[in-house]
Amino acid sequence: MIEAVELTKDYGSKRAVDGLSFTVRPGIVTGFLGPNGSGKSTTMRLILGLDRPTRGDVTVNGKHYRDHRAPLHEVGALLEARSVHPGRSARNHLLALAQTHGIPRSRVDELIDLVGLHDVAKKRAGKFSLGMGQRLGIATALLGDPSTVMLDEPVNGLDPEGIHWMRNLLTRLAGEGRTVFVSSHLMSEMALVADHLIVIGRGRLIADVPVDEFIQGAGRNVVRVRSPQATQLRDLLAGPDVTVTALDDGALEVSGLTAEQIGDVAGDHGLRIHELTPQQASLEEAFMELTRADVEYQAELQEAAL
Amino acid sequence: MSAATALPKLAATGRVTQLRVAISEWTKIRSVRSTRWSLFAAVVLTIGLPILFAAVTSSHWGSLSPRERSDRHPVEIATAGVNLSQLPIAVLAVLTITAEYSTGMIRASFTAVPKRLAVLWAKIGVFSLLTFALALPSVLFAFWASQTIVHKHAELRISLSDPGVARTVIGGAVYLMLIGIFAMALGAIVRNTAGGISIFAAIFFVIPPLLNILPSSWNQAISPWLPDSAARAVFQLTHDSGSLAPGPGALLFVGYCAAAIAVAAVLLVRRDT
Repeated sequence: MIEAVELTKDYGSKRAVDGLSFTVRPGIVTGFLGPNGSGKSTTMRLILGLDRPTRGDVTVNGKHYRDHRAPLHEVGALLEARSVHPGRSARNHLLALAQTHGIPRSRVDELIDLVGLHDVAKKRAGKFSLGMGQRLGIATALLGDPSTVMLDEPVNGLDPEGIHWMRNLLTRLAGEGRTVFVSSHLMSEMALVADHLIVIGRGRLIADVPVDEFIQGAGRNVVRVRSPQATQLRDLLAGPDVTVTALDDGALEVSGLTAEQIGDVAGDHGLRIHELTPQQASLEEAFMELTRADVEYQAELQEAAL
Repeated sequence: MSAATALPKLAATGRVTQLRVAISEWTKIRSVRSTRWSLFAAVVLTIGLPILFAAVTSSHWGSLSPRERSDRHPVEIATAGVNLSQLPIAVLAVLTITAEYSTGMIRASFTAVPKRLAVLWAKIGVFSLLTFALALPSVLFAFWASQTIVHKHAELRISLSDPGVARTVIGGAVYLMLIGIFAMALGAIVRNTAGGISIFAAIFFVIPPLLNILPSSWNQAISPWLPDSAARAVFQLTHDSGSLAPGPGALLFVGYCAAAIAVAAVLLVRRDT
């Protein structure tokens, strides 16, 4: 359980996180979404106490992270930026972190096997590929058998097999009753694993909703209709909250009515229907829609800087 | 990665304790190459230089003037290496902290131990013990080896039981340990390898000779109180008006170390990582 209240962080004059309030609940996978530079990594650093909030507060399992006696047992974290000394072997890296909590060597070896780094455990971590580094990060996160798992862009650099493994792992961790908080800038990834979404843009909360609701709430739920009597149908469907657009291929795009309602109207009037397809906005489209303003803002900033 | 994604349970979870953090720091320091190389260099310099100086002095003894002979104190030959071996020790001390920042390891360290001061105390403790444990046998061996070489010249023969000799030789090891602590604090303050080493070099190698530009009365008034000469008093057998006695010198340098550590500690707790 992670609870943020009015969390705000300024770096100099730049506000990275702006009055964020949210709760991440146990037992489900919560996706943390936002375009690059929207404040996801900063929020995670604030949760871990690596950075201090300018205002507001964030607690993990009811306490500030630093006040826990066995912090690795509370939160296991994979941060986006590398947090490994390249001259140290994967095994020694994990061992050093395990020893702070008196976690036995056998646990270190177990995790090395779990993430598939057995053959390279004694190699210097600096020689690791991006994917291997990511696996080491995941082993680090799971070291203390944490009740909350927080991963920043965990599928970065993983091969398809690794991505599949990661999805299973996240679902399983949530199934065990853990709090799972996963950031990503890719909606498609979240669509497959997340139950709940927290979406931010420019450091501000944009949405805090279940995935299903997010897709529906993003509007643009239209029904595609094809009928040889399109003109007649169009007149019949017309209403105050209904818009009907004729598409180039002769089909109609109807918003404001469900497929059932359209089918009933057509049936009542004996009109023939050749196609009736509800078209749900994809998560990606919904995300783009919601964060467009922020992405544009970022682009303008970049242009201004050039 | 294996298809089976069962996460093994952890039988018991221990709390973070200062001792556990120290064990972790020991694992960190022994598992990087820079430690081995720096300490190896320090031991070789601490022992090698006295052997070299002893050999040269011994072979040229016959041709030295009485004045030159009186300048060559055998205990100074024995501790000559310390002047050089302080450099690898200081570099390693700075690196022990700054490498955590440059590699990002510090984020993992502070996530495991969010009460950050425990990490600082553990680093200082482990580094001091390690340095002293290597430096003490090194200076004693250097003393024994240099004495063995100059043994045929009665004027150069001294014993650890002679007044001040044991204190001076052991002082060499204490000096190296204190230098390490001071350099470590500098590293924690600037969090940057090049910066930490530069400041150390400035304090110990650059500023002292520059003071010779000052009027000598000023120089004599200021010099004894600077970190480098205060620290050096720890392993000097004799002292003149331009330096502090070993006791006060050691105390003053310990004070410098404490002040640097205090600044490092305050910054460590306050700063973002």
